[in-house]
Amino acid sequence: MKSIQIGNGERKLALANIGFAYSAFLIGTLCGLLQVFIRNDALTLPGWLDYYQVLTAHGLLLAIVFTTFFIFGFFQAGMSRTIGSFGGKVLRWSWVGYAITSLGTLLVVIMILAGQASVLYTFYAPLQAHGLFYVGLALFVIGTWVQGFALVGHYWVWRREHKGELSPLFAFMTVATIILWVIACLGVVAAVLFQFIPWAFGITDGINVELSRSLFWYFGHPLVYFWLLPAYMAWYVVVPKIIGGRVFSDSLARLSFVLFILFSIPVGFHHQLTEPGITSFWKFLQTVLTFMVIIPSLMTAFSMFATFEVRGRELGGRGLFGWFRKLPWKDVRFTSIFIAMAFFIPGGAGGIINASFQMNEVIHNTLWVVGHFHITVGTPVAMTFFGLTFWLVPYLTGRVFTKSLQRLAFIQIITWSIGMILMSTAQHLLGLLGAPRRTAYTGYAHEDALAWFDGVLSNHVTMAVGGSILFLSAVLLVFIVVQLWWFAPVSKGENLESFPIAASDSSATPTFLENWKIWIAIAFVLIAVAYTIPLTDLIQHAPPGSGRFQTW
Amino acid sequence: MHLHKFEKIWLVFGIAALVLFLSVVGVSAFHQGHTPSGGHMRVDPEKVRETAPFNQTGLRQKEDGTYEVVMIAQAFGYDPGKIQVPAGEQVTFTATSEDVVHSFSIVGTNVNMMVVPGQVNHKAHTFDEPGTYLVVCNEYCGSGHHFMSTEVEVVEK
Repeated sequence: MKSIQIGNGERKLALANIGFAYSAFLIGTLCGLLQVFIRNDALTLPGWLDYYQVLTAHGLLLAIVFTTFFIFGFFQAGMSRTIGSFGGKVLRWSWVGYAITSLGTLLVVIMILAGQASVLYTFYAPLQAHGLFYVGLALFVIGTWVQGFALVGHYWVWRREHKGELSPLFAFMTVATIILWVIACLGVVAAVLFQFIPWAFGITDGINVELSRSLFWYFGHPLVYFWLLPAYMAWYVVVPKIIGGRVFSDSLARLSFVLFILFSIPVGFHHQLTEPGITSFWKFLQTVLTFMVIIPSLMTAFSMFATFEVRGRELGGRGLFGWFRKLPWKDVRFTSIFIAMAFFIPGGAGGIINASFQMNEVIHNTLWVVGHFHITVGTPVAMTFFGLTFWLVPYLTGRVFTKSLQRLAFIQIITWSIGMILMSTAQHLLGLLGAPRRTAYTGYAHEDALAWFDGVLSNHVTMAVGGSILFLSAVLLVFIVVQLWWFAPVSKGENLESFPIAASDSSATPTFLENWKIWIAIAFVLIAVAYTIPLTDLIQHAPPGSGRFQTW
Repeated sequence: MHLHKFEKIWLVFGIAALVLFLSVVGVSAFHQGHTPSGGHMRVDPEKVRETAPFNQTGLRQKEDGTYEVVMIAQAFGYDPGKIQVPAGEQVTFTATSEDVVHSFSIVGTNVNMMVVPGQVNHKAHTFDEPGTYLVVCNEYCGSGHHFMSTEVEVVEK
């Protein structure tokens, strides 16, 4: 089969993003390994480095930097593949955006290394980092907007040239994700520009802490959907092609993305359920909206298994579950993403528990939460990205994903799974036993705390073993990426990697699904309903502002 | 838009489950009064110790016969340092912070409060069993975050 290759400009752009992503990945996972050892008293850091510096770097580099850079690399390659080569302007602005995003990241990392920003990735006021840390964050967001708008511009050109047509599913989903991202960032941009920067540079003296937290979480929850939606794109569009099938339902795939734009934003209070300053009514309203955002995930789960079953039966699978065995398990591009999906079942269920209003008190800020996001962003999203990497990098570098590298890839995803099961199970159980998150040590002098070393799975040591396996797996992944980038044999036409895009029959898809104005308008109405009154209350009845604290 | 029959069943089942979950949570919250900690009182974070009720921290009995523990969290400890409360009585914890965000979380109970400067948080709890309960700060507050802990001693009345 002849595969469609994309232009050189987009190739370099996507590789630049993916290269940055994996550099951050290597450092971020190394930080994770250090944390494991420090927490168990097996390592003392040199004087110039502190546990909370390492923890800040771990969170930012993996949850924000790795994901965002990888997502843009994936988008840029996929948009060029599905709606055609970028024009000079799109390419230029994409590079400008990339440069700004990178500059912002470097500024943030320098501030963390300098010990001026041990505020963790949530940077809760009134912990005050160096002003340049916040400038770096702002640049990071602006850079992603520029890259995002460049892609949207490319999409508009396509729409103008294809009046009345629905765009290809990949392009539709990319635009939906960028819309979600831009609206979500408004909250954190407002907090950083109007609250943090003037305060950190001494222009204002006090900060409204609860308002800054609410603006952060207005951003913080859709942020997780910004990670998840590109993974869903891989599930909807890429995986069916890899297994030889097609998209189960074009209209439902689009509808689910529209629902994410509507319901993933007005839900941030479910991260603030145990805080003062917000009444129970508004907390509960956002809990209800949070439950709405589960529906598109239920739709996605159905679509995935429907695609698998249809394809498995085409391949001769019989009986209730016979189709399951017919799936191409030996293809690591499929198996990796299937495992990623499987992790999202407990991950999603845990999320429902976390958002369940008073039930949140049982687990809030315990290790349970850490376990939760390692089996949501840390595996379903991250391992989907690994699965994409296995073909996307050789597709972009023109090399071959050889048999021996495929074997290594299997070892990589299996070790990641084992490490993650050990670590996240331990974290969930320890959280239920009350062990707090974000602590450098675990040595509380109380019998309840001693019990955190007693169990088989509910044990800090199990967590450390899992974390160590994860780091080895991460190193293996980086080795594979390096091989695919520089050392694997160059493909010679025949064995060229392809960018798998499944056929999606959009003949019955209603065109209003692509009328973005409607969805953006409804999204803002929902945001206004969920946020106007409680935020106004926080502003009108604000206590005197908090001063600047550096307690690290 | 075409919906496959099985997908309809799946979604009806899924949404019904969500409605059921929400109803349980809602009834428990608004009928039985199990709401998470919260509060609507503000305080000047720089004048905490001059402002009632924080000018006198510790345990006191309220007019309705229940108890209140007034707490100030600070990097990296709590005032009062040691808390003693009666078993079998309702105790309301009232907390604010003098500096950064902390938490007041009693291991093995549903008392898990964010302590935010400028805001006053409340949580009522009844300890049925006497004993010594571990309190930890589970919100990152600085280099000594992991040392920030205390104990609640619950004694027979």
